[in-house]
Amino acid sequence: MSALRGWKEIPIAGIPFEPAVKYKTGDWRVFRPVIDNEKCIKCGLCWMFCPDSSIIWDGDNFPTVDYEHCKGCGICAHECPTKAIEMVRG
Amino acid sequence: MAETKWVPNIRQIAKEMHERGFTGITPGHRLCAGCVAGTIVRQVMMAARKPVVVINATGCLEVATTIFPYTAWQVPWAHNAFENAAAVASGVERAQAKLIRDKRFEGDPDIEMDYDIVVFGGDGGTYDIGLQALSGAMERGHKFMYVLYDNEAYMNTGIQRSGSTPFGAWTTTTPAGKVIPGKPVGKKPLVDIIAAHRIPYVATVSPYYWNDALVKFRKGFEADGPVFIRAFSTCNRGWYNAPEESIAISRLAVETCVFPLYEVVNGVEWRLSPPSLAIAKNPEKKKPVEEYLKTQRRFRHMFEPENRWMIKRFQEMVDYEWELLLERAGLKG
Repeated sequence: MSALRGWKEIPIAGIPFEPAVKYKTGDWRVFRPVIDNEKCIKCGLCWMFCPDSSIIWDGDNFPTVDYEHCKGCGICAHECPTKAIEMVRG
Repeated sequence: MAETKWVPNIRQIAKEMHERGFTGITPGHRLCAGCVAGTIVRQVMMAARKPVVVINATGCLEVATTIFPYTAWQVPWAHNAFENAAAVASGVERAQAKLIRDKRFEGDPDIEMDYDIVVFGGDGGTYDIGLQALSGAMERGHKFMYVLYDNEAYMNTGIQRSGSTPFGAWTTTTPAGKVIPGKPVGKKPLVDIIAAHRIPYVATVSPYYWNDALVKFRKGFEADGPVFIRAFSTCNRGWYNAPEESIAISRLAVETCVFPLYEVVNGVEWRLSPPSLAIAKNPEKKKPVEEYLKTQRRFRHMFEPENRWMIKRFQEMVDYEWELLLERAGLKG
């Protein structure tokens, strides 16, 4: 008998099984966003517009940045109404 | 169609999502830095009222979020070919109805049968390849929401023109040079085509106007029947815009009326949304298209002296569509 698994045992389609959070996209980055809490008014726009879900915000406290996944696109700094986010090299 | 009373509150949404640890699409997906498709998916998930099942046509979003063995989706998700996204969603919707009717999983604590179906498709999979499946599903009246993220070319395969590419844009198959100055024809009026199916709800959204977008997505979830939403999605690789300006361009597209925001109820009732309605009421607020065109290098050749006529032509096309829209919305005269 063959040691290979039959059609009943193998997955019915290609199934990606690892959560993507394990893949760190932070090393794509050239500039990193740094939030100045003195200027931040907690409007949440950086959180709303971040395409990478890399602004972590609970709705009450100051937002923080997930540097393991932030790709450094700079949307948050560009859209911040009080210019509280600065893009810093490295 | 029942009007939603929901008013999105950014703090409350953030709080709820933070507590649940749910963003719909997790960090670690490999969309380009500054790609607004991720923002659009997040906004759809913010507007969701029930669990969501996602059907994803082939395209940038599908390829970049599920590179084996990683998946960025926190919801049940199915990938399918370019042409059959709407057909797969139709099947899922019918299977859901059948299982509920047969009470197959009733009382099973592990299985939730009360969910909404969302389809994400790019413009290639919607304007061109998937149009017949989409049209069929709209005609049969399956209840799902089709979200088109419109980045105006086949970006995933290397920036080839699609039915959505605007007039004059550079792509690899309409290169701007001595023979032709970019794409010689304009966009296919897809929203008109879909609205002509007389489906309950059709809308256009721009991620910059998140409030408007969230309300429209919620209306889409609540509608009883097929829903089509066209979302403006910049592509910094294909449009050659600065990644950080992606959201600002989404705003500029609305302010120049290149991408007006409106909704169509039951295929006949055309309504402008607040950002575009403000322009309709104060026409001096409408910005010239140059401001939009100069943010993207795909239109760079239009600023050469011999190609200046193209900007004029682009403006005429935008004005024509805008006047047509005003007429439909009953705001003319």
